[in-house]
Amino acid sequence: MSSDSTGGREPAQSGLVERLVRDDVDRKRFLKMAGSGAAASFGAFVLAACGGSSKATSTTAAVTTASASAGGGDVAIANYALTLEYLETEFYEKVAASGLFSGKSAALIKQFGAQEKTHVEALKGAVTKLGGTPAAKPAGKFPIESAKKVTELAYTVENLGAAAYLGQAAKIQNAELLAAALAIHTVEARHAATLGTVLGRPITPDGAFAKPADMSTVLAAVKPFLA
Amino acid sequence: MSQTDTHTGAHPDLAQVEVDGLTRSSFLLKGALAAGAVYGLGAVTPFVSGAFAAEGEMGDVEILNFALTLEYLEADFYNVKGKTVGLKGQARSYAKLFGEEEADHVGALATTIKQLGSTPVAKPSFSFPATDEKSFLALASVLENTGVGAYNGAAPALKSKEVLAAAGSIVQVEARHAAAINLLIGQSPTPDQGFDRPLTKTQVLAKAGPLIKK
Repeated sequence: MSSDSTGGREPAQSGLVERLVRDDVDRKRFLKMAGSGAAASFGAFVLAACGGSSKATSTTAAVTTASASAGGGDVAIANYALTLEYLETEFYEKVAASGLFSGKSAALIKQFGAQEKTHVEALKGAVTKLGGTPAAKPAGKFPIESAKKVTELAYTVENLGAAAYLGQAAKIQNAELLAAALAIHTVEARHAATLGTVLGRPITPDGAFAKPADMSTVLAAVKPFLA
Repeated sequence: MSQTDTHTGAHPDLAQVEVDGLTRSSFLLKGALAAGAVYGLGAVTPFVSGAFAAEGEMGDVEILNFALTLEYLEADFYNVKGKTVGLKGQARSYAKLFGEEEADHVGALATTIKQLGSTPVAKPSFSFPATDEKSFLALASVLENTGVGAYNGAAPALKSKEVLAAAGSIVQVEARHAAAINLLIGQSPTPDQGFDRPLTKTQVLAKAGPLIKK
């Protein structure tokens, strides 16, 4: 992942589909994944949410099982998104409560948190409509140390969230869920860009074409934030 | 896959505006709505009708050519018009960066359309009503935010999942541009709050159409 302001621009001669089949090596390298004991509990949580068995031994296996569960691919995707939105909502709530920000920044945090909360509500409704059981709200834990570190973390999380939605878009079967996912996806991108401007970090870290992140990559990246 | 006619005098996309009909996705959606499968949340339902407003039977190539027209517009706006209105500082850096990215979108969309065996629409001429940095940025905000709505509105009708993923990759960048420009001019980076509203082709052309000269 490029860290300069122009992003990693690729030759425009490549078609859009070629770009997509390139793996997300850059993103995997960028995301620092702290090893933790959260894997087993998170795996169990994902399985429980999607009604699968409890035999999986890793988060990736758990997610694969969840995706293929009787609830259907869309339920798994919506619950996955719901989980991420729960975490984002909780993160912003904790940041708002920390008192680290004031003025315009505090207002932005409050606004973004409120928007994440509407994503939670929409996705809960979506899962129910699709005949599934909404994933339980996970307990999150976030390092809240300084305004700068928190903003950096928010930037990372929002970029990850946008990549997560992008990574699922093509897998969604239900047209209404797809429309909702697209509507949410671009809002996460707006959040990420906003935080980029606050930090002086890239507004378009992937350049002209945002890169998707697959479910296992994202779940591994959020593991450290599960209590 | 039908060829897009680029040889008529009228702009090919404008010709599609008045056509009634439903895309396959719209048909499925109407079935779902009839069965009562409507989300209980007011936040989600509005987009649904926005995303599937009857726009005519637009195949993937037509959608891509529509997107290409908008990308040509944005690229020209930043790269050509942007050099004439005395941009400074952050506005100037954004115009440079975003112009490069829109140009990349143009190239990739044109290539994709050719790979699908069709002809990319020719680049129209544009006329942008901006005379200084302030009016330029105000128009940039309109164009970028309209672009987000355009892609989000058209994407569910795409038949190819690969093309859908590609459209998602582009629209995310447009949303980032939109947020940055909005912030620069003191507007909310999230004008539609938590859910970016999909736009119909008619709504998009209401904003972009007047800027297209040919």
